[in-house]
Amino acid sequence: MGAHAHHDHEVKVTVLPPDSAKIRKIWVTCGILAFLTAVEFLLAFTMPRGVWLTAIFVILTFFKTFYIVGEFMHLKHETKVLIWSIILPMSFVVWLITALCVEGDAILVLREWVK
Amino acid sequence: MATTAVVSNNNRWGGGVSPFGASYGKLMMWFFLLSDALTFSGLLVTYGMSRFSHGAFTKGVDLWTASQAYWPIPEKVFTHIPFFHISAPLAFVGLMTFILIMSSVTMVLAVEAGHRMDRAAVQKWMLWTILGGLTFLSCQAWEWTILINGSEKGLTIMEDGVARTIFGANLTENEYGPQLFANLFFVITGFHGTHVLSGVVLNFIIFYKTTIGDYERQGHYEMVEKVGLYWHFVDLVWVFVFTFFYLV
Repeated sequence: MGAHAHHDHEVKVTVLPPDSAKIRKIWVTCGILAFLTAVEFLLAFTMPRGVWLTAIFVILTFFKTFYIVGEFMHLKHETKVLIWSIILPMSFVVWLITALCVEGDAILVLREWVK
Repeated sequence: MATTAVVSNNNRWGGGVSPFGASYGKLMMWFFLLSDALTFSGLLVTYGMSRFSHGAFTKGVDLWTASQAYWPIPEKVFTHIPFFHISAPLAFVGLMTFILIMSSVTMVLAVEAGHRMDRAAVQKWMLWTILGGLTFLSCQAWEWTILINGSEKGLTIMEDGVARTIFGANLTENEYGPQLFANLFFVITGFHGTHVLSGVVLNFIIFYKTTIGDYERQGHYEMVEKVGLYWHFVDLVWVFVFTFFYLV
């Protein structure tokens, strides 16, 4: 035990040089994220509000998710079984969104009716 | 041949290797984030439902005035920027989004430096990440203050036949629209802010342990990766809050 502790400060570390290809990819991903955010921002003020604008926002957000989770969180490069154990449970949220939006609409109709 | 310990590719579950190709800690971080994502989904979908269950203002963005009769248009509520007394819709949240994305980038750069065992670079990028997180939190504190204090003229409502002016939004009154809008705003951005705060604390611990050489002695910087996963998740949640709370 004591001998082990004694060796602790003698760790030999080999520092590798920066992986420029990898770093370039990080900045490219960052650029894409910033660009998509800028597009969303621009559309918020130039397009009329409605189903189309909402649809575009959802699609752009989906793309941003793909880049953050796939590249930054590295999920794209993990094993298939890991990718699916994350995506499959999350996909059930789609139903939650559908169900509660329909439900919310029904509440609105009821509210108008009560008035 | 039978005695050689070679695990074939189609028998990953036969033992001897990690079938997920990831360490226990990283895998558990993923599953924690999955559960956390479901929590945030619940909150954001509740926002969607509340929005659908209230009437929308249909007469055009320029004509909008605050009323509790319909859901507010976010770009008309969040118009403030620090130091200037002008109307700059969504500019400040845009900046906050950019800050958080940048701190995500510095986090990936810290992970990359960790792979190369470059202690100084990990320290540098972790410090930038911590700075990004703290800046974001300060921005959020400022935005909450603006929303809580409200506009100069407030909103006059009729209460049992008596007129009363309310200023700002909190958990019991809301100048800008239905009460649920304020409640969901404070709960969702508050819950996200709490995540950012704990992320900053975790990032600081990682920075400290890097500085005292703990990871160098362990021979790897995997802890930076695990905390990095959490930090990117926090960034991801903000991307959703930005879209569904401020833009739509």
